[in-house]
Amino acid sequence: MAVATDDNSKFADYAHPERLVSTDWLAGQLNDGAVNTGNLVVLESDEDVLLYDTGHIPGAVKIDWHLDLNDAVTRDYVNGERFAQVLGGRGIGRDTTVVIYGDKSNWWAAYAMWVFTLFGHEDVRLLDGGRAKWVAEEREITREVPVQTAVDYPVVERNDAPIRAFKDDVLAHIGPLVDVRSPGEFSGELLHMPDYPQEGAMRGGHIPGARSVPWARAAAEDSTFKSRSDLEAIYLTEQGLSPSDDVVAYCRIGERSSHTWFVLTHLLGFDKVRNYDGSWTEWGNAVRVPIEVGAK
Amino acid sequence: MRSGCPSRSAPSDQHQVTNDKVTNDKVPLPAALTEIAEDFLALSARDRLTLLLDFSDGLPELPERYVGHAELLERVDECQSPLFLVVEVEPARDAKSSQDATVHLFFQAPQEAPTTRGFAGILYEGLDGLSVAEVLAVPDDAPYRFGLAEAVSPLRLRGMVAMLSRIKRQVRVRSAA
Repeated sequence: MAVATDDNSKFADYAHPERLVSTDWLAGQLNDGAVNTGNLVVLESDEDVLLYDTGHIPGAVKIDWHLDLNDAVTRDYVNGERFAQVLGGRGIGRDTTVVIYGDKSNWWAAYAMWVFTLFGHEDVRLLDGGRAKWVAEEREITREVPVQTAVDYPVVERNDAPIRAFKDDVLAHIGPLVDVRSPGEFSGELLHMPDYPQEGAMRGGHIPGARSVPWARAAAEDSTFKSRSDLEAIYLTEQGLSPSDDVVAYCRIGERSSHTWFVLTHLLGFDKVRNYDGSWTEWGNAVRVPIEVGAK
Repeated sequence: MRSGCPSRSAPSDQHQVTNDKVTNDKVPLPAALTEIAEDFLALSARDRLTLLLDFSDGLPELPERYVGHAELLERVDECQSPLFLVVEVEPARDAKSSQDATVHLFFQAPQEAPTTRGFAGILYEGLDGLSVAEVLAVPDDAPYRFGLAEAVSPLRLRGMVAMLSRIKRQVRVRSAA
């Protein structure tokens, strides 16, 4: 690891404490001039493509889930060449510590981290509490965009299998399925998130056998992750999941389920959690796949 | 409000101007929207975002008479973040037809939704003060003529399409009375 981890006592309880940093830790790194030295790069990943531009953490660089991480033509993630351009152009080398933060309790930050993981970037961390916590603490925000010196990032082939599930994998899946959407989407009353645009699903409901655990249950009021014991109460005690289970999580396009993927994998230490990024916008449009409706 | 944007003075990318969708054979945009579209198309995708942010920053506040009156505003569900809008139609004094009445637009969207605010700002600056007939003549594909698909992705532009269609619907309803 290029940069020492945050020894915050809350994080010490998690399975992989090195995956989180606190706002205090990041403020300290900024103070020490550690950001953008080649060892540490901070990325902001938001739903709104302009939010970064309205003001961001000093030294942070924007990464957009849609424009930078999704392929422009095929419904897929970028390839190794493009990923190398996106990261290298932001001053990120293969050994650089990357801290990602964003809006909406770090949905899009977790999504970016998940894509980085497809490419095996080793040291990626989330800022606990994301953009909202930094702003709420009245820490410095700037519109000044740092000028990054491009570095060489190797062209790495994406390795989807360990953490990404496709429709056929889900059809054949025997382990637990976790539907992280809102209750209305799960039951089939809504074809999209409440307050969100219709994103085109022909059918409502959920994948048969899936359990409904809305992603936001893992987030506290201040956008931070809940404590390990609170998370265990939800996923282990209430839902009966076990860290050795083969779990697939899904939502609408795989963004909210990235948040749950992070929680199960890095905070609770599950061995095998895959994100089904096709999610409801694929399943709810696919011909002759089984669907269940109702809150169950 | 946009005078502070240094990047919009000189067209930097000539071929985009040649491909200018504003001047082709489609239904034309009203003059103010045409000017805004030309400003956007003269810029690189990155600078278009900066200009969109200027529109977001410049979106006027909701007037006092609407504050706290959510029931008077129409919610645009298609936007990524909640946006509310209301249209007023002010009859012209010597008007022979309701088509000559003047349209005024009012929007409310949170600061955390700058893209949505930017779309509203474009429509405000391009349409506010036009006549009913002029607003109703705005082509439904207008949101695609600012070169924003490359800058923010076509997916996100759907919010602006919905805003325009709801504005036109309100104008139709309010000018029919």
